[in-house]
Amino acid sequence: MNKTLTKVLATSIAAAALTATLAGCGKGSASSSTEGSGEIALWTHNAGNPDELAAVQKIVDSYNGSQDKVKIKVQAFPQDSYNDSVVSAAAAGKLPCIVDIDGPNVPNWAWAGYLKPLELGADLSKQLPSTVAEWDGKPYAVGYYDVALAMMARASDLKAAGVRAATVEQPWTKEEFQEALTKLKALGKWDYPLDIGTAGTGEWLPYAYSPFLQSFGGDLVNRDGFQSADGVLNGDKAVEWAGWFRGLADQGFMAKKSGKDSTQDFLNNKSAIVYTGSWAADKAKAALGDDLVVMPPVDLGKGPKIGGASWQWGVTSGCSNSEAAMDYLSYSLKPENIAAVAKATGAIPASNEAAAQIPAFAEGGANRIFMDFSRNYAVMRPETPAYPFIATEFGKATQDILNGADAQSTLDKAVKAIDANIKSNGGYKK
Amino acid sequence: MATVPLPTRPRVPEASKPAPPPSDAKTNARRRPGFRRDQLSGWGMIAPAAVLLLAFVFIPAILGFGLAFTNARLISPRPVEFVGVDNFARLFTDPTFYRALLNVAYFTVVIVPVQSGLALVMALLINKKFRGVNFFRTVYFLPVVTSMVVVSLLWLFMYRKDGLINEILSTVSFGLIKGPDWLGDPITAMPAIIILSIWQAAGFHMIIWLAGLQGISGELYEAAQLDGTSRWQQFRYVTWPGLFHTRSLVLVTITIQALGLFDQISVMTQGGPMDSTTTIVYEAVRSGYRQQETSYASAISLVFFVLVLIVSAVQRYLTREKD
Repeated sequence: MNKTLTKVLATSIAAAALTATLAGCGKGSASSSTEGSGEIALWTHNAGNPDELAAVQKIVDSYNGSQDKVKIKVQAFPQDSYNDSVVSAAAAGKLPCIVDIDGPNVPNWAWAGYLKPLELGADLSKQLPSTVAEWDGKPYAVGYYDVALAMMARASDLKAAGVRAATVEQPWTKEEFQEALTKLKALGKWDYPLDIGTAGTGEWLPYAYSPFLQSFGGDLVNRDGFQSADGVLNGDKAVEWAGWFRGLADQGFMAKKSGKDSTQDFLNNKSAIVYTGSWAADKAKAALGDDLVVMPPVDLGKGPKIGGASWQWGVTSGCSNSEAAMDYLSYSLKPENIAAVAKATGAIPASNEAAAQIPAFAEGGANRIFMDFSRNYAVMRPETPAYPFIATEFGKATQDILNGADAQSTLDKAVKAIDANIKSNGGYKK
Repeated sequence: MATVPLPTRPRVPEASKPAPPPSDAKTNARRRPGFRRDQLSGWGMIAPAAVLLLAFVFIPAILGFGLAFTNARLISPRPVEFVGVDNFARLFTDPTFYRALLNVAYFTVVIVPVQSGLALVMALLINKKFRGVNFFRTVYFLPVVTSMVVVSLLWLFMYRKDGLINEILSTVSFGLIKGPDWLGDPITAMPAIIILSIWQAAGFHMIIWLAGLQGISGELYEAAQLDGTSRWQQFRYVTWPGLFHTRSLVLVTITIQALGLFDQISVMTQGGPMDSTTTIVYEAVRSGYRQQETSYASAISLVFFVLVLIVSAVQRYLTREKD
């Protein structure tokens, strides 16, 4: 009898302890976002990028040291799971005060009511236009840097193949590009002369490949009101783009699925031309020195295009101490802070004052060219709350087309899905 | 399936036998005084599992059923509205969904016999007493304790066009065979996923088979040997019938696991190329998180739930005891 009683007691205690732990878990995660005792949480996607994280941490430390009212606490996530974490936290009403956001997602989050319009002491007009995310006429996020897409090659290879290096004044045309690839392939030095990162997934696909589409004259969605993708994503220009894109693989110019790290493959001489971002420039420069040529993307009809906007910072609408959060953001936009982050990431600093502090980006610097790309070619990804949906549909369509799916029907399918999504959300109107 | 009736049929290992509720009534009738305490301790023991199941399985499942008939989204300032069967109407006209069904069916039909068969062979091999048997047991079981995500990442490298597998193929064939881009080709992508999945999970079912094998009484083999049976006859008439319950368990668990294929796909192919590896669960996660369409994902999950229910019910029926 006594034994059973002990058993019952033991199990109930265990059960109670378990429930308590579970409840504790819930509270534990909540405490990271509720701002008691002057502590403000800041979430960033930088866990896998120690240099950038350290730079951000340094700004936070110096801000914490500069006053004693609030303390900012950094919490870093790996980039792959960052968006999911924020979205889940938002669904549970447990967002931190300050979040970083991939630029194109800002309208979606602003529409959802996660973000507060920014009211900063700092002057946003000094920022590169692509580093301020606006929606509905108000700024919702601001970034320290932007990145630019570019094509990199070895000057010696181009010379050996008898190919002219493209410049900002005179980018390659579609025909010239075709000729360049043919000549490079004829050298027989590489399995594939071109690497545009076809192994990439997620946001890379729309970021890297929609500029090609835009250079052909198509687009992800009709930007007049953002109500439909019909005609721009599945029109003649888009089909032409799809044929060209697919053709690069069919003619053996690039792999349908490239290596995981296209920059490294380029440096290991597995490809002649790599299409990647400005973030790879420092590494390539260090490895190749003066042999490296940085070229603008190909002009496929409407001039070279690259994607605009990178990671940016915003203040959440549920933040109980938004004044402090805004104050921190203003503080963090000081030129020396922007310069520090841009230096750590190799990205384009968001203001001219910051650029002046980094030799590579100052007038005449080696990386100044990326700033020119950004200013001349950047196209913002459509500033609509539908963007995350559009991005996944476009990414999937691109991969299918590359793998041989019929261009017209694949694009029609994507348009149908996008239009249905916009319609079912009441046009994403405020 | 014809089970040969054996006079000394071994008792089924406890693990593979569902708890028999009717017997409770009998024991309770015999021991009236202990009734309350016994029942109390029973509830106490169920409690932790029940709380967890309720919080993480039943409540989300019920919510999912409800959401499937609304237009709920992961991120939206708009109120949730009831939309009837709209999501299902959309689902049943979506070619990707049918492709996912087909892929899962393909995966399951291959994996169930091959993996369980291989696991049984492995279990028979290590169900012996010889030096170093523990080494082999460990080796066979090692992939199981490694996370599927890690395994997928490793195999991702092996499956590349210039990866380990193609290098081996090329070396062994003196450069004659040039392996395909395993995961990049719609024809080879699913078989590649299947091979990896079997390699990773066979060890787990090997352990279950092993438990079943060790539950068979040694006397039966002794008797069989006295009758002068061959090894094959021993397997056919002693081992195979003795594994009846283990067999049902392995069959049901492999099938349910196979239907829920997700990790490998998410890490290795993201459903591509051209939907050749997409699965129902992957589609649900894709719509629910990446595309933020919670209600549509719920509809997919609901259909998936019904499918699993039907498949396991059919299996239960086919593997029932026909006494």
